[in-house]
Amino acid sequence: MSDMNTAMIEKYRNSFLSEVEANVEEGEWVKMCMQCGVCAGSCPLGNAWEHTPQKIFMMIRAGKRDEVLTSDSMWMCTSCYNCIVRCPRELPITHIMHGLAHYAKRLGIAPKEQPTAKFAQLFWDNLMKKGRVNELKLGVDLYFKVGEGMKTAMKNKDIGLAMWKAKRLNPMEFFGGHSIKDVSGLHKIIAKAQELEEARIAKHGG
Amino acid sequence: MAKREYSFYPGCSSQKGASSSNYLVSVQTMCEELDIQLNEIPDWNCCAASIGYAGGGELPRLALSARNIALSEEHNPGQDIVATCAACWLATRETQERLQHDEGLLAEANTALAEAGLKLRADAPIKHMAEVLIQDIGYEEIGSKVKKPLEGIKIAGYVGCQTNRPFGIAGESYENPKYLDKLVETLGADSIPTYEKKVQCCGGALAFSEPEKSQEMIKGIIEAAYDHGADMIVTPCPVCQMNVEVYQDQINATHGTKFKMPVVYYSTLMSVAYGRSAADAALNGQVIPAKKLEEIAAK
Repeated sequence: MSDMNTAMIEKYRNSFLSEVEANVEEGEWVKMCMQCGVCAGSCPLGNAWEHTPQKIFMMIRAGKRDEVLTSDSMWMCTSCYNCIVRCPRELPITHIMHGLAHYAKRLGIAPKEQPTAKFAQLFWDNLMKKGRVNELKLGVDLYFKVGEGMKTAMKNKDIGLAMWKAKRLNPMEFFGGHSIKDVSGLHKIIAKAQELEEARIAKHGG
Repeated sequence: MAKREYSFYPGCSSQKGASSSNYLVSVQTMCEELDIQLNEIPDWNCCAASIGYAGGGELPRLALSARNIALSEEHNPGQDIVATCAACWLATRETQERLQHDEGLLAEANTALAEAGLKLRADAPIKHMAEVLIQDIGYEEIGSKVKKPLEGIKIAGYVGCQTNRPFGIAGESYENPKYLDKLVETLGADSIPTYEKKVQCCGGALAFSEPEKSQEMIKGIIEAAYDHGADMIVTPCPVCQMNVEVYQDQINATHGTKFKMPVVYYSTLMSVAYGRSAADAALNGQVIPAKKLEEIAAK
């Protein structure tokens, strides 16, 4: 358990809803859920969620902090935005799910071996290096850090080959690849954004 | 001078040797024919798509798109921003709207951007290329440029998710958008208005992390196209295109199907219908060849 997790438990002892409202992206919307279940029924991977968004909203209000934040449910979101456009109360459900997933990760209590959690982090690290995604390195990371290494790589080798033949995959990306010019400027912008965001959250936790 | 000019955000996957480089080639051809000038945003960066949320918090993610918008405001002032990738468009427009509605976040974004000498107003319209075609140009003008109608080809219009939700195309419904079908008809091909999987999710980025679950959904998208007698599928989204095209062999191996359904971009269809070569239409970028389009392009 991280120090931040302990601090947040201490501060919001009796109200997980308040914690979510203060710290999770678009979290202030959670209390607006009227439990109709349209989101649960609209989710393309609904059957893969241990707790559907509808259930997650009720669990937040019921103070089920660990069950929500350590769940792999939010990591099943494909960002299809079906739930957002169908919600009768217009809750930004997709963003709340992303926000909960991110918050769990920030607290260090997201499920460690969850494939989408791992892939999503690799994607962010990848794009941060040079300001643009290096698809080849992302693919290699996917096979070896999320998948089962050579087994996954071999399973997908024909796809890689076909993409290469269609000039939609470039092996030379491994040695550099596309980049923006002002990488240091971008890094400064993101560092400042992280600093501002952390200051805001630290204020809530303190 | 070109009839129309836009500030262009091409996105990572459109770059040379990347997974939708064929999309960009056909978009450039299409724009030449429609007299559209695309002014690339100088030094644009990745938008973090909809999967960047694990590593990036709200403000760092918004800052990525804010940098692109700021660069566009500085170098392409007064021009609408246009993206061809659904995720690029969504992330950029989402950022714009959130910053417009939250002065505190806008101030923080500007504090971050100041680190690289940039400043943001967040007031230019942000459009998907489909909006440019349908709203700014219109079916009539699109149709007037057709030299080789795509006669006898039946095409399933697969709109997918993020070109359609949460913003979508004005006047179209989320559940049954019809613009791709209208575009297909405008180009002289046969549309399938009752293609029931037109807004079904393909798994998006989860096609990588949850391949079995995603391929199950992709299977449905292709199967329905076959059921309607489609010769090919058309889509406006790079992730949809790749996901629905490249996993067909794996799906065949798992499910015993015999899929070999070409999946093309609207810009590919338009380039061929406008009489351009197979190379200009990027037909060589297909993993599953679109033979009927090749035949028309060769005529």
